[in-house]
Amino acid sequence: MSLLGQIIAQTVMLGLRAGGGALVGLVFFLAVVAVVPFGVGPDLNLLARIGPAILWIGVLLASLLGLERLFAADREDGSLDLYIASGEPLVLLVLGRGIGHWIATGLPIVIAAPILGLMLNLSPIALVAVTATLLAGSPALTFIGTVGAALTAGLPRGGMLIAVLVLPLSVPILIFGVMATNGAVYDPEPFTAPFLIVCAFTLASAVLAPLAGALALKVALE
Amino acid sequence: MSFISQLANPTRFLELSARVLPWLVAASGVTLAIGLYLSFFVAPPDYQQGDSVRIMFIHVPAAWLAMFCYSLMAVSSIGSLVWRHPLADVAAKSAAPIGAAFTFLALFTGSVWGKPMWGTWWVWDARLTSVLVLFIMYLGLIALWRAFDDPSRAGRVAAVLTLVGFVNIPIIKFSVEWWNTLHQPASVMRMDGPTIHSSMLWPLLVMAIAFTLIFLTVHLAAMRAEVFRRRVRTAQMRAAAQPAASVGTTVVAHG
Repeated sequence: MSLLGQIIAQTVMLGLRAGGGALVGLVFFLAVVAVVPFGVGPDLNLLARIGPAILWIGVLLASLLGLERLFAADREDGSLDLYIASGEPLVLLVLGRGIGHWIATGLPIVIAAPILGLMLNLSPIALVAVTATLLAGSPALTFIGTVGAALTAGLPRGGMLIAVLVLPLSVPILIFGVMATNGAVYDPEPFTAPFLIVCAFTLASAVLAPLAGALALKVALE
Repeated sequence: MSFISQLANPTRFLELSARVLPWLVAASGVTLAIGLYLSFFVAPPDYQQGDSVRIMFIHVPAAWLAMFCYSLMAVSSIGSLVWRHPLADVAAKSAAPIGAAFTFLALFTGSVWGKPMWGTWWVWDARLTSVLVLFIMYLGLIALWRAFDDPSRAGRVAAVLTLVGFVNIPIIKFSVEWWNTLHQPASVMRMDGPTIHSSMLWPLLVMAIAFTLIFLTVHLAAMRAEVFRRRVRTAQMRAAAQPAASVGTTVVAHG
C-alpha cells in the first residue's frame, strides 16, 4: 500500500475504533438536528423549508468535532517528529489525515443525512439534493478543519479555538451548499452552478489546505 | 533594501520610531481636527438623510482601514514566514487589535447609521455580513496569538492563518454577495444616489487621511510596546534562571 493509503487507513482505523470518537460525531449530528424543532416549533412546513439549512449547519458543527486530536496526538507521542525525520512530505500526511478523518466522521453523517431529512419533512428531491451537496461539500469542511487542527496542534486545549478559526472560513461552502439544495427544490433558482462551485471548493481545498496545514505543522514544531 | 533591513533591526527601529512618533501624533491630531471641522461644519447636510449623513465621515474611513489593516498583516506575515524578520512578526501582531477596533467601529457606526436610515440596527446585507466575518477573523487571530506562550512561534502560526484568511476573504466576499442577491432581491438599502458631491468628498478624503495617520501612529506605538514587552519577557526569563543557578551553587557549596 502506498504511504498515502496507509495514512488514510490508519486515520480511519483510529477514528472508528473504541475511543476514536468518530461515531460520537454522528450522534452529535443527530442531537443537533433533533434539537432544532424544539427551538423553532414542530411546524412541518417551516421545517421542510429550513430543513436543508439545518442539515448543513449540523454537518458544519459536527465536522469540528475530533479535529483537536487529529495532529495533537501525533505531536505528543512523537510520531510527527518521526514522520518528519523520515523525509516524507508533510503535505501527504495532512492530506491523508484529512481524507481519513472525512471517511471516519464525514461519510457516516452524509449517509445519515437523508434519514434525518425525512424527519424534517423534506421532499424526495430535496433529500437527494441535500445528500448530493453534502457529499460534494463536506470534504471541503474537513479539509479546512485540518488547517485549524494543524495550527493548534501545539496547544494543550485547542478545541474551542479551532471552531472560532474554522467557522468563518467555512461560510462560502455553507452558502453554496444550501443554495444548491434550494435550487434543486425551488424552480427559478439554479442548482448546477452552485453545486459545481461546491465541488470546486472541495477540489481547491484538497490542494490548498494540505499545503497550509503542512506549513502550520512545520512552524508549530520549531 | 538596505534601508528595510536596517529597519528590521529592533534597536534601530526603536530609535527611528521614537523620532518619528511625535511628528505622527501631531500630524494625525491636526488632520483629524481639520477633518472633523470639515465634516461637521463645512459639509452640507444631505437632502434626504439630513445630518445623519455625517456618520459617513467616520464610517467609511473606518471600514477602509479595517481592510487596509488586514492587508498590512498579510504582507507582514509573508515577511515573518519567508524572511523571518522579527519586526514583521511584531508588526502583524500589534496590527490585529487595531484592525479589530476599526472593524468594530465600522460595524458600530454602520449600525447607528442604519437605524434612522433603514429603520433597523442590522441588515444581513452583503457588505455588512462580510465585514462581520472579517471581525470574527480578527478576533480568532488575536485568540490564536494569545494561546501560545512563546511569542515567536505564535507569530509564525498566526502568520499562516493570516495568509489563509487573506486568500479566503475575496471568496467570502464573493459568496456573501451572491447569497445576498439571491435571498434579498430589491433590498431595503439602496445607496445608489447621485455620485458623491465634492462638498462631501473633500471632508471624506481628509478624514480618510486622518484615520490612516491615526492608524500609523497607534500601530507604531503598539509595535514599540510589543518590542519592549518581548525585551521585558526575555529579561524576566533570564532573571528567573538566575536564582535557580545561585541556589544550585549554594547547595553545591554546602555539599
